[in-house]
Amino acid sequence: MSFIDRSTKALLLTELVSGLALTFKYMFRKKVTINYPYEKGPLSPRFRGEHALRRYPNGEERCIACKLCEAICPALAITIEAEPREDGSRRTTRYDIDMTKCIYCGFCQEACPVDAIVEGPNYEFATETREELFYDKDKLLANGDRWEKQIAANLAADAPYR
Amino acid sequence: MPTLTIDGQEITVEPGTTLLQACEEAGSEIPRFCYHERLSIAGNCRMCLVEMEKSPKPVASCAMPAADGMVIHTNTESVKKAREGVMEFLLINHPLDCPICDQGGECDLQDQAMAYGRDSSRFAENKRAVEGKDFGPLIKTFMTRCIHCTRCVRFMEEVAGAPDLGGLYRGEDMEIATVLEKGLDSELSGNIIDLCPVGALTSQPYAFNARSWELRFTESVDVLDAAGSNIRVDARGRQVMRVLPRLNEDVNEEWLGDKSRFAYDGLLRQRLDRPYLRDANGKLQPASWEQAFAAIADRAKGMDGRRFGAIAGDLVDCESMTALKDLTDALGSPHIDCRQDGAKLNASQRASYLFNTTIAGIEDADTCLLIGTNPRWEAPVINQRIRKRWLMGGFAIGVIGEQRELTYRADYLGAGPATLAEIADGQHAFGNVLEAAERPMLILGMGALAREDGDAVLGAASKIAERYGFIGDDWNGFNVLHTAAARVGGLDLGLVPGDGGLDTAGMVAAAGRGELDMLYLLGADEIDMSALGQCFVIYQGHHGDAGAHRADVILPGAAYTEKSATYVNTEGRAQRGRLAVFPPGDAREDWTIVRALSAVLGHALPYDTLDAVRARMTSLSPHMIERNQIARAAWELIEGQGRLDGPAFATPIANYYMTDPISRASETMADCTASFVSRPEALTGTDA
Repeated sequence: MSFIDRSTKALLLTELVSGLALTFKYMFRKKVTINYPYEKGPLSPRFRGEHALRRYPNGEERCIACKLCEAICPALAITIEAEPREDGSRRTTRYDIDMTKCIYCGFCQEACPVDAIVEGPNYEFATETREELFYDKDKLLANGDRWEKQIAANLAADAPYR
Repeated sequence: MPTLTIDGQEITVEPGTTLLQACEEAGSEIPRFCYHERLSIAGNCRMCLVEMEKSPKPVASCAMPAADGMVIHTNTESVKKAREGVMEFLLINHPLDCPICDQGGECDLQDQAMAYGRDSSRFAENKRAVEGKDFGPLIKTFMTRCIHCTRCVRFMEEVAGAPDLGGLYRGEDMEIATVLEKGLDSELSGNIIDLCPVGALTSQPYAFNARSWELRFTESVDVLDAAGSNIRVDARGRQVMRVLPRLNEDVNEEWLGDKSRFAYDGLLRQRLDRPYLRDANGKLQPASWEQAFAAIADRAKGMDGRRFGAIAGDLVDCESMTALKDLTDALGSPHIDCRQDGAKLNASQRASYLFNTTIAGIEDADTCLLIGTNPRWEAPVINQRIRKRWLMGGFAIGVIGEQRELTYRADYLGAGPATLAEIADGQHAFGNVLEAAERPMLILGMGALAREDGDAVLGAASKIAERYGFIGDDWNGFNVLHTAAARVGGLDLGLVPGDGGLDTAGMVAAAGRGELDMLYLLGADEIDMSALGQCFVIYQGHHGDAGAHRADVILPGAAYTEKSATYVNTEGRAQRGRLAVFPPGDAREDWTIVRALSAVLGHALPYDTLDAVRARMTSLSPHMIERNQIARAAWELIEGQGRLDGPAFATPIANYYMTDPISRASETMADCTASFVSRPEALTGTDA
């Protein structure tokens, strides 16, 4: 019995046909590949990408140099120095993130009491040299300015679950 | 002795013990904000509530004396509820701005809110806001955070003796403020920062600079006055971020003078971080250690050892003084001195230059005679002890010398040597007070000793001590209050002129006359540098102060936070400072510099390790073995020489905030000088 079965399947090429049928079925389905970098896949609002320092709508930087992100960073990637600004408020004079150390755990944004440091939606920040990955305060604030709209939207989208 | 039950445990306590103390003894922790062991009881924070059986309400344990038969519970539901309620009320008006508060991470309110508070607040109304106050250049205020524990008010009034602070208005409107809206003019004011359980009073120079969890703590000893206060040096990376007092009941209790606490920013400025050599044009040029040593060796070639002199400064540690003494001896020079100010101290009799009563012993004294000293500026923690004793009552204090504002009432007896002589001869009315005293003490300051007739003053003081029974079997009331942390160590090690040797003044004069070829200044900055003539001056130290400006060769050393070193305080108590940060640049620990130079000069000293130099040090002065111990020195009458005929005693410190190279380089101390010392006395609030 099994001999006949096997011979019939082999002669009629049923396995080949069913395999090709699957191939043809996917040919007519919607494609899953995208034409990166011209097309991009969807991202969760909780996606943890490149860091950014945000500002308040009036342009004042949010970061108050509480150093909680520095304290919680498991990779010791963050370095902060602070002193009173001219107007007496507490601000950082230095806010560095070594992106080569960062493990993108997101603890920094969880620790931040003022939503200043966030991990934004940007994941396209590959560089040619290591040095370019040592982010300073200016770079982080510039990131914040560039991505603010999306960051704000992401935070708003995630807010009901917090 | 009342016996009471605390959490089911029976305990017997001393009469007069409060419930809070009894609970501590029984091992039950009671949260508190206003209660402090060294201050009077206020009972206004209500955090220490405990349940007492047969009492309808919880009781404030800090203010309730323990009594026989009390049954106390500290861990019941009602106590928990009471604490939660109190904490919720305290937090109603507290801004909860912990992220920008310097106290964050070491805050009593933060810790206790976590341990004893509710998880959330029910208060939805507007919070109170209070304007910050101007407490001077040392203390930053953020009065919205204040929870009105009044520890600062009580400290200033009771311990510091400068009742500048008070509570204004009542209830929710209460504010802690200075009545005259001026800075806190007390040299102990920095302690209210430590006392404040919240972030209402924080350190101005430390503001926003660091977080407590970033700091590395090193236990050390202060050298900016001779009291030898125990300190904790908090450093981050290579920088000292702040200095805090450390508990030592025998020395500073838990207080610290403002200079010792805030002068640390001077450690960053004016530092000597590499050797310098004076070139042909008279300009100091950076050099390497080899070049600096070669220049000294070149100069010393064929030099008669007797044409070499050495002076040790005020902040120098005992290890380097040991090495300097051995080097000077090896060169064959008798010219060495550790008394920059020319104080007439006798190194051969230890009791004649120590604070024999000990600082803690002040509390046992019953009469005190201050001679040529202003302890308030010379050693604030000792002055605080005198005030503490004075507050206990029955403590007569007489003052000979400048009439300064002290923090206790003192009878002004006279200005100078004449009054001293009268008392010594038994012709002064204060003699009767001394006669009646059982444990009298006198404190002889540098204002009375660092002068021409210092020998005679020392003799007269010694005569007073003998005449009025200052010396007993278990009591020695003869005290010398030094102004330099290195002085007692130097005298113990014998850094005084040998046979035919010159003292500081003699060396300066000899250098000016060209009779000395080489002068070694080990951190000595307080001598007249312009009088040194053509002498070749080697300056070893950590700051570019007077000595470095005059020097021909500069050897960069380490400051007190940068080396492991021994210091002997004015009581004769040997204490060890520890390395908190490394010296900057090419600077080295001081004894190693002297050791290296000795090899270059062909008289290599026989020690290469810190242990070896300490062994040598303790062989010179056995008192330095026992750390934090005091060996009682044997008393002998000191014969005064010369006539007691000088001018009135003047206090040796013109400005408390700037007495040494470190505090002179400090910006904070400059601010204090501008605020408290240079301020015209007549200025009142109505001036423009």
